Amino acid sequence: MSKYYLNYLDELESEAIYVIREVWAQFQNPVILFSGGKDSIVLTHLAKKAFHPCKIPFSLMHVDTGHNFPETIEFRDNLISALGVSLIVGSVQESIDQGRVAEERGKNATRNALQITTLLDAIEEHKVDCAIGGGRRDEEKARAKERFFSHRDDFGQWDPKNQRPELWNIFNGKCFEGEHFRVFPISNWTEMDVWNYILRENIKIPSLYFAHEREVVWRNDSWIPKSEYLIIEENEAVEVKKIRFRTLGDITITGGIESEADTLSKIVEEVSALRQTERGNRTDDKRSETAMEDRKKQGYF
Amino acid sequence: MELNKSQLLRFTTAGSVDDGKSTLIGRLLYDSKSLFEDQLEAVTTTSKQKGLDGVDLALFTDGLKDEREQGITIDVAYRYFTTPKRKFIIADTPGHIQYTRNMVTGASTANAAIILIDARHGVIEQTKRHAFIASLLNIPHVIVCVNKMDLVDFREDTYQSIVNQFEAFASKMLIPDIRFIPISALLGDNVVNRSEHMKWYMGAPLLHTLETLHISSDINKVDARFPVQTVLRPQSEGYLDYRAYAGRIAGGIFRKGDEITVLPSGFTSRIKGIEGPDGPLEEAFAPMSISISLEDDIDVSRGDMIVRSNNQPKATQDLEVMLCWLNNSPAKPRAKYTILHTSNQQKAVIKEVIHKIDIQSLNRNPDDKELSMNEICKARIRTTKPLMIDSYRENRTTGSVILVDDMTNETVAAGMIV
Repeated sequence: MSKYYLNYLDELESEAIYVIREVWAQFQNPVILFSGGKDSIVLTHLAKKAFHPCKIPFSLMHVDTGHNFPETIEFRDNLISALGVSLIVGSVQESIDQGRVAEERGKNATRNALQITTLLDAIEEHKVDCAIGGGRRDEEKARAKERFFSHRDDFGQWDPKNQRPELWNIFNGKCFEGEHFRVFPISNWTEMDVWNYILRENIKIPSLYFAHEREVVWRNDSWIPKSEYLIIEENEAVEVKKIRFRTLGDITITGGIESEADTLSKIVEEVSALRQTERGNRTDDKRSETAMEDRKKQGYF
Repeated sequence: MELNKSQLLRFTTAGSVDDGKSTLIGRLLYDSKSLFEDQLEAVTTTSKQKGLDGVDLALFTDGLKDEREQGITIDVAYRYFTTPKRKFIIADTPGHIQYTRNMVTGASTANAAIILIDARHGVIEQTKRHAFIASLLNIPHVIVCVNKMDLVDFREDTYQSIVNQFEAFASKMLIPDIRFIPISALLGDNVVNRSEHMKWYMGAPLLHTLETLHISSDINKVDARFPVQTVLRPQSEGYLDYRAYAGRIAGGIFRKGDEITVLPSGFTSRIKGIEGPDGPLEEAFAPMSISISLEDDIDVSRGDMIVRSNNQPKATQDLEVMLCWLNNSPAKPRAKYTILHTSNQQKAVIKEVIHKIDIQSLNRNPDDKELSMNEICKARIRTTKPLMIDSYRENRTTGSVILVDDMTNETVAAGMIV
């Protein structure tokens, strides 16, 4: 006799597909925010399943800081051509050149916060009314309060104290012109769920997630990859280590961990034994207790 | 964890810091080893700064800046943990009367509710309100945790009299499954590990109870309901005539060859194929996201519902609902709202407030017709076109609606169809 209940990964998958289809049904011009990280890759995989045998009926939007891992860009371009969807790139470099934002200075300078302006400009320019993101509630305490359908005012801002109540699986995506929504179909997934799902579905991810040798600098308790954008201080030594990345952001702020995990199943095994949160290696979150909440209010992912 | 068998259980905890709710959640996360070292370090540091001896478990559930400053939960926060048996989602909601709407929100998707009672105070008004919300939102399982047993010397008679008090008033409510557990969230007794202090308690600790609740029957598997979300028409090579209806099954089981009716049109056909996330299926059940193709070429679009011909929901423009008001601005008499029901959307007007529930005393008040934030009433709603409904007791998906104010686009009310 067959069983009539879903296991938890199937239930999460079903929920995410439902949310993605709901976006397509409720909005005129949605996009998937694609960073090249595992969460946005899983999101894209789910979107493919949601509309099979149709193509994904919306574009992918990448906010390009200019400080990328070359591997990420190559992965992105291959995926785009395999899916046959179009790509919108919002360039932080262009925002800087146009004087929309100013580069941070100093050794720990990053382009992380600058992305907010570029993202909001791209959303406005392309008349996007819904940006689908791979944010998860387990990532960070401000994200724990996020809705599936999260309203943004006409300045792109999030008002955490005044969010629309979200009951059952009824989503209210109504908004006025100039406003938009951020939708998070994998809200209820944890890092472990994402990895288990990648393993189960055998989803292709960038080589950066697998253990590899790389030139790195020890800074803020993690291994920061050497790159042309990194200012190396005199007292810092460049070493070669076998590392892998748990999350992918800007090359300047994404720290790696020492690891031997070079296959998906080894990664899953490693993640289940890890005792640090994945964003623990992200210097963007370490700036203050409320770093994420502050950025999200302004319009961050 | 065995991925193939492991189920997902969503539960809600209503309560305030005073009841030990945050401590209980912190304890569950801590003892089930679901916390990471950096989270632990951050909380240990803060506990020391506050001059505390041990780790303040309640700090693990700290949320937004304002909540930290005021030391309260304002909004629903979602937390996650996994044991070798199950994955859990906690909807952590504030317990005070002015946050009833947040409790209702957290309860709407829950399989189980944990109701906390301070052993020193017994059943109080707040307890009754939490039980009422659990019953109103039709949460299948309620676990009453009598907390702070350490402060009443772990006495069995104290516990038993609270159980009796609770059972006395809960017998009037519709809660199918109630369990009681004496705990001390602070010391960890009967949360994850069995209490050494309460040998007289023969039942299971809280976590084991959560791991073994029978939840497969929480979703209606009898009445087949498929609200259509969107139509898939690839019009690409190999799929020129392909047309399938995408959606998430809201109830029951659909099989290839089933005779179906499309509502509201009433056209009938048979299921030609079912496509799941991993390819074609012989059958599919709630809550799977699938697409269905039909033998006949009939007009079907978003908002329609595909059902088995021999088991149909009620089509009506007149709904009787339990309505919880969620918005700062009160209900406007005779005003039109947009009503959202599954994938369907119509205009609606609140015809009549039948009676309001006093959520302090739980008494009905037929004279008070004003409906403002956090208030609950029984009301009659008329829609412009028929909705295909079941009662909320039978099906939480096809029995629920929300109201949206067209002036602000805000979600202003949640309704459970009587």
